[in-house]
Amino acid sequence: MCGIAGFIRTDRRPVEQSDLNNMIQTLNHRGPDASGTQISGPVGLAHSRLSIVDLAGGLQPMQTADGMLSVTFNGEIFNHIELRAQLQQKGYQFQTHSDTEVILLMYAEYGPECVQHFNGQWAFAIHDRRKQEVFLSRDRMGIRPLVYTQTAGRFCFASEVKALFALPDVERKVDHTALNQLFTFWSPLPPRTFFAGISELPPGHSMIVKEGNIRIWQYWSLDYSPNEENRSLDDWADELRSLLINATQLRLRADVSVGAYLSGGLDSSITAAIIRNYTNAPLNTFSVNFNDKDFDESRFQQEMITELGTDHQTVCCSYDDIGRIFPTVIQHTEKPVLRTAPAPMFLLSKLVRESQFKVVMTGEGADEVFGGYDLFKETKIRRFWSRQPESSIRPLLLKRLYPYMKNLQAQSPAYLKAFFNIREEELQSPFFSHLPRWDLTSKLKAFFSDDLKQQLKAQDPQAEFKQQLPPEFSDWPSFCQAQYLEAVNLMPGYILSSQGDRMAMGNSVEGRFPFLDYRVVEFASRVPVRFKMNGLNEKFLLKYALRDLIPDSIRRRPKQPYRAPDAHSFIDTASQQARFEYVNELLSPDRLQANGLFQPAAVQRLVRKMEQGRAIGTRDNMALVGILSTQLLVEQMIHGQTVTPEKQTTAPARILS
Amino acid sequence: MKSIQSEIRNFVADNFLFGEDPESLQNDDSFLETGIIDSTGVLELVAFIEDQYDVQVDDDELVPENLDSINCLIDFIESKLKELA
Repeated sequence: MCGIAGFIRTDRRPVEQSDLNNMIQTLNHRGPDASGTQISGPVGLAHSRLSIVDLAGGLQPMQTADGMLSVTFNGEIFNHIELRAQLQQKGYQFQTHSDTEVILLMYAEYGPECVQHFNGQWAFAIHDRRKQEVFLSRDRMGIRPLVYTQTAGRFCFASEVKALFALPDVERKVDHTALNQLFTFWSPLPPRTFFAGISELPPGHSMIVKEGNIRIWQYWSLDYSPNEENRSLDDWADELRSLLINATQLRLRADVSVGAYLSGGLDSSITAAIIRNYTNAPLNTFSVNFNDKDFDESRFQQEMITELGTDHQTVCCSYDDIGRIFPTVIQHTEKPVLRTAPAPMFLLSKLVRESQFKVVMTGEGADEVFGGYDLFKETKIRRFWSRQPESSIRPLLLKRLYPYMKNLQAQSPAYLKAFFNIREEELQSPFFSHLPRWDLTSKLKAFFSDDLKQQLKAQDPQAEFKQQLPPEFSDWPSFCQAQYLEAVNLMPGYILSSQGDRMAMGNSVEGRFPFLDYRVVEFASRVPVRFKMNGLNEKFLLKYALRDLIPDSIRRRPKQPYRAPDAHSFIDTASQQARFEYVNELLSPDRLQANGLFQPAAVQRLVRKMEQGRAIGTRDNMALVGILSTQLLVEQMIHGQTVTPEKQTTAPARILS
Repeated sequence: MKSIQSEIRNFVADNFLFGEDPESLQNDDSFLETGIIDSTGVLELVAFIEDQYDVQVDDDELVPENLDSINCLIDFIESKLKELA
């Protein structure tokens, strides 16, 4: 994987080499193997390289033999071998074996429509000297990041915001509307980012910049309309199986070793099992587990390790590890987070990198594509219950959903009904599936400062989201509506970003996702709902299609979402104090007052409650992590301060072979 | 009565009303409708009642009628204390 950056002067001033250098230096973690810049007329391109394909010949920015096209590219085009053959048949000559050159020549042949032919994950910019314009594109699912901004004299783009902030004319300011959206949906709605004036190119979109004007369009979108009801289960399963095997094989294309994450869950187990059974690649697997047994899945991981005979390594994660690494994690996420779950992923990618691997396969995306999340089941139960609102039995199904949530298990039927109470207007809402999550998250806004609350009073994040829904949304089954919301919001905005790209690239590791092969995604959108969720059996078709590769114990285990310890990572209830000085500093009344986003008195009450060990709920935990990560971001990215935890008091994460 | 009321108000303010003005909470306001208390909050409330007033809250008493507002809580605690007397 790599980092890209660049800008186009719109004021006819010369491109500054030093600015290009400064931008690309900030992305060194994304591409430590090489870096390069190229200036042509008003356009400057920069690239930091993590060499994976054509180690000798893939240097960037790369240009065509005639010098008319140049590209800086982050990502992989997995079907580059097939596309190369097609282009050669058309008479194109290649200088390298890289997929970067395939992008250039595909663009030469098809123009902006070239992306329709790509199977991969990408963010790139092509300078087309013939047309005197720059074409930028981002992959369908939003695996690779691409942000941009416009100043008085230039249009600037990069993989990460920190590269834009390396430019003196880019203002550093929090976007309060984005903060409001993040404290509702967990992520700002694209194109917004956490920073005012900085936008992201949404997934599945391309753009052209010409003479200071921008044109953005969507080249791909999810569509759940073509529902093929008449095919048999076996027919669907056969197609899925061959698609997934091919998607996995394609993603093993690399000139370096490829590892795999193994969480103990179904999805990463399937990915690893396909590698073991359908490829000749050696299978090296990596996992994270926790000292806190509430979060630990090592029993299931061990089962798959034994089953597949993998060469396996584990990183064990303590509260202190999470708290210690958190400032670094937030520097990479570039947006606040409401849970600490990204931090262990950072430690995991560090282990991968230290084990001499640059590429790792993961099971990410299966839950969105095949309907695996508890949220989908919860939606089904709530709809089922709404048909008999007086029933005391139906809401009890909700307890079965969350066996790992002790607080919910302890509820009486009467309170369960009260908490999941469904109002008539909710049943009609396009957001029915997500309202419980969004309502809970929105409660955190109680901590916002009075000024911020006043400023946001007229805003309605849900109404803003509603405007982004496609016209055909209302025609889809409610299950598919929930899938869509998850796939366009939380997946690119948090799962693939804060927990995905940013945590892997923070250690110069590239993640690859067979379940997010666009052919798999489009296939899954056609599958009838009853085959995705059979009763309350989630990912039914996926389990059925790969049943011979996965042990029954993994296939039938209750779904447990990946989670990590939150408040305990920052506050030690035994000593009733913060584990790290930066936590005290950033949550101090003075610092909260100075940044102006949260009420100091409210935060102090929350911290006191945490210190006394009385904050055990999701809401309190999310509040602490959200406030602390926001403060970290402001400190590190707006004020440019370095935040480092003081010397730790316990041993660092250790590698267990 | 006055002391139970102020103890409950203080507990709710310290534990659930982080960003809101405690004075804005009326004694009859439903904790559920106002979103003050979530599923964890109920458990916190019950633990507080049991510790503070040395009473035992049975499973069948875990209903909103007993716990969903300051006034409900006052009535419930007083009835529990009468049982013990």
